[in-house]
Amino acid sequence: MINALLANLDTALLFVFALSALVGAALMLVLRHPMQVAMALISTMVFLGGIYGLLGVHFIAAFQVLIYVSAVMVFMVYVIMLLDVRDASFTHRFSAWLLPGIAFGTLLFAALGYSLWYGADQLANTTVSFGLAQFAAAFLSEYWLQFELTSVLLVAAVVAALAVIKGSRRRDRG
Amino acid sequence: MLLLLSMALFALGLIGVIVRRNLLVMLMCMELMLNGVNLSLVTFAQQTGTSAGAVLVFLIFVVAAAEIAIAIPIVLVLVHQRRTLDADAYTDLNG
Repeated sequence: MINALLANLDTALLFVFALSALVGAALMLVLRHPMQVAMALISTMVFLGGIYGLLGVHFIAAFQVLIYVSAVMVFMVYVIMLLDVRDASFTHRFSAWLLPGIAFGTLLFAALGYSLWYGADQLANTTVSFGLAQFAAAFLSEYWLQFELTSVLLVAAVVAALAVIKGSRRRDRG
Repeated sequence: MLLLLSMALFALGLIGVIVRRNLLVMLMCMELMLNGVNLSLVTFAQQTGTSAGAVLVFLIFVVAAAEIAIAIPIVLVLVHQRRTLDADAYTDLNG
């Protein structure tokens, strides 16, 4: 029995992680305080990282935790602590678009599920895992131009962030 | 099952962007949408055995970092001027 349990452990863990990620994402919609929303998002991201690890793409799992959870979300949590969040959007969480938004999201999910249901037979159900060596070779030989373009994008983002802050300061003074 | 999860994450993120009023919560829901897309890309890459999906996931990581680096200063400037995080207070910004 223990052997059967161990054989199914990966599937069971995958299921648990997927369910937890879904619960975290659903909690993001209803929690009131932005810090609680940030914690729900962080837990969702960590569970997604666990799913990536179970799928065998360990480097993406590592970067999910390193970049998303530690860089992006720490930045976000800092800003939440920096700003006063108890304003009109704290007492009234939802906008006037509550019902249309939920209807539209449900419709989108239904349409995507419909296309998945009828297109699933075109997808191969075999799971082929690829290693870091294959990924690295493809990354630096085939996709080097995109890699260089992301560095341009990052420089542009940094310059734009500085320009936004500087522009607002100049307006304050003038 | 994982594709279903990625679709659910994307739809929940979209609902969050539409129905919540807090600017920071809307930004975080956008991150949730990016995460859903990443999961579907990884699943497709696993099913086809190619590494193009994983490369695209890496590029999305970089784009998400750049997006948050430019969105947070914009939110800070907005809050500095109007003293509120409520998206309804900025309705005069639409064209």
